[in-house]
Amino acid sequence: MREIQVKEITAKLRELFQSACYNLGEDVIEALDRARKAEESPIGVAILDEIIENAKIAREGVYPLCQDCGLAVVFIDLGQDVHLVGGSLEEAVNEGVRQAYKEGFLRKSVCDCFTRKNTGDNTPCILHVRIVPGEKIHIVCAPKGGGSENMSRVQLLPPAAGVEGVKKLVVDRVRESGSNPCPPIVVGVGIGGNLEQSAILAKRSLLRPLGNPNPSLELANLEQEILEKVNRLGIGPAGLGGRTTALAVHIEMTNCHIASLPVAININCHSHRHKEAVI
Amino acid sequence: MKEKAIKLKTPLTSEQVSKLKIGDRVLLSGVIYTSRDAAHKRIVDAMDKGEKTPMEIAGTVIYYAGPSPTRPGNPIGSVGPTTSYRMDSYAPRLIEKGLKGMIGKGSRGKEVIEAMKKHKAVYFGATGGAAALIARVVKKGQVIAYPELGPEAVNMLEVEDFPLVVINDVTGADLYEEGVKKYQK
Ligand code: SF4
Repeated sequence: MREIQVKEITAKLRELFQSACYNLGEDVIEALDRARKAEESPIGVAILDEIIENAKIAREGVYPLCQDCGLAVVFIDLGQDVHLVGGSLEEAVNEGVRQAYKEGFLRKSVCDCFTRKNTGDNTPCILHVRIVPGEKIHIVCAPKGGGSENMSRVQLLPPAAGVEGVKKLVVDRVRESGSNPCPPIVVGVGIGGNLEQSAILAKRSLLRPLGNPNPSLELANLEQEILEKVNRLGIGPAGLGGRTTALAVHIEMTNCHIASLPVAININCHSHRHKEAVI
Repeated sequence: MKEKAIKLKTPLTSEQVSKLKIGDRVLLSGVIYTSRDAAHKRIVDAMDKGEKTPMEIAGTVIYYAGPSPTRPGNPIGSVGPTTSYRMDSYAPRLIEKGLKGMIGKGSRGKEVIEAMKKHKAVYFGATGGAAALIARVVKKGQVIAYPELGPEAVNMLEVEDFPLVVINDVTGADLYEEGVKKYQK
């Protein structure tokens, strides 16, 4: 058994959220560069240039990538041989978020549902914990913008809809989202489970590095096929017309009930932010 | 799309905006105001009660944005556009009062487009998520109303060559529709 102080988790999250909001991942920058080379629309090229330049400016550490520094989503895989000491895990995680958003001059975007009063420190965060074998803690932070989250959906399809139904659902969702989620987007798709599991699968699929297909050949092919369909929609960078509507489609799938075919679509923008660490 | 950007300075007149066509690239300079849902509600409430609005509406350009916090010594934080449809229920009221331009991202509703045609106003798109880049065009920034709204307060921004694209012009044309049609397969 390994003893870990919860304040170590606070310190990690404080660092990770700031890093995520200022430093776009290399995989995203490479995907944007590839898209820039392939883009046929002149205005699309101009927009991609702005987005790539924006990432460079943010990296200097003064201006975050986007003014919407997101709802703070945290994934923790907690080794079952870890004994956490020094306080509550949930409080430690929220404290990390609080410190990161204050110290990093990040926008606080959490409010009461009806009065719309801002909580002032970007908490509470959304925390997903899994207990796993081992004595380490794996932490992922994923700030998620509201514009792209608003375009996401969960649908419980009838089983007869099959794989064709899934393809149609995803392509229609991207078409209807148009310019709202700040294209080029990353499309996360969770298939199977139930209502909430499909949504969590979709969100988790966004954490996979761009350029890494699903290890199952069947799903990798499906990802590629949907990506091609989506990029034929013509939405393009910033929705002004062009080839690059999505940088990637990621699918995660598990089994489901004999009566249903759950599909969740979680859209992320080009401000595709996540950082991880192991304690 | 014209290759060369058109330079404009606020306040704008009906004559100036009537010359703009969808797809035109514009570099906007001068004073603009940020406002999101909550501030729009208050501005329209003030108009209903016959009270003074935080800024003169005639000739003005409103930017749908809620910046990240300003670091000491800087004019503003990151300040990209927010999704515009959330302001659709308020926009026609302001356009009637002489608002000449709106800056945001995403499509507008029918009523807003009709109001733009009728009263001569345009809708500009700024690049969603290019918030750090846009921060660099802001020379001065100051909260002028509703500070209690935090990121949703009204800021006065003095901008220089803010890169924009005309999405809806005074004829009711829509670049999102036209641009997408061109590249659909
Ligand atoms: S959708 Fe993403 S890039 Fe666009 S404003 Fe929101 S967080 Fe920023």
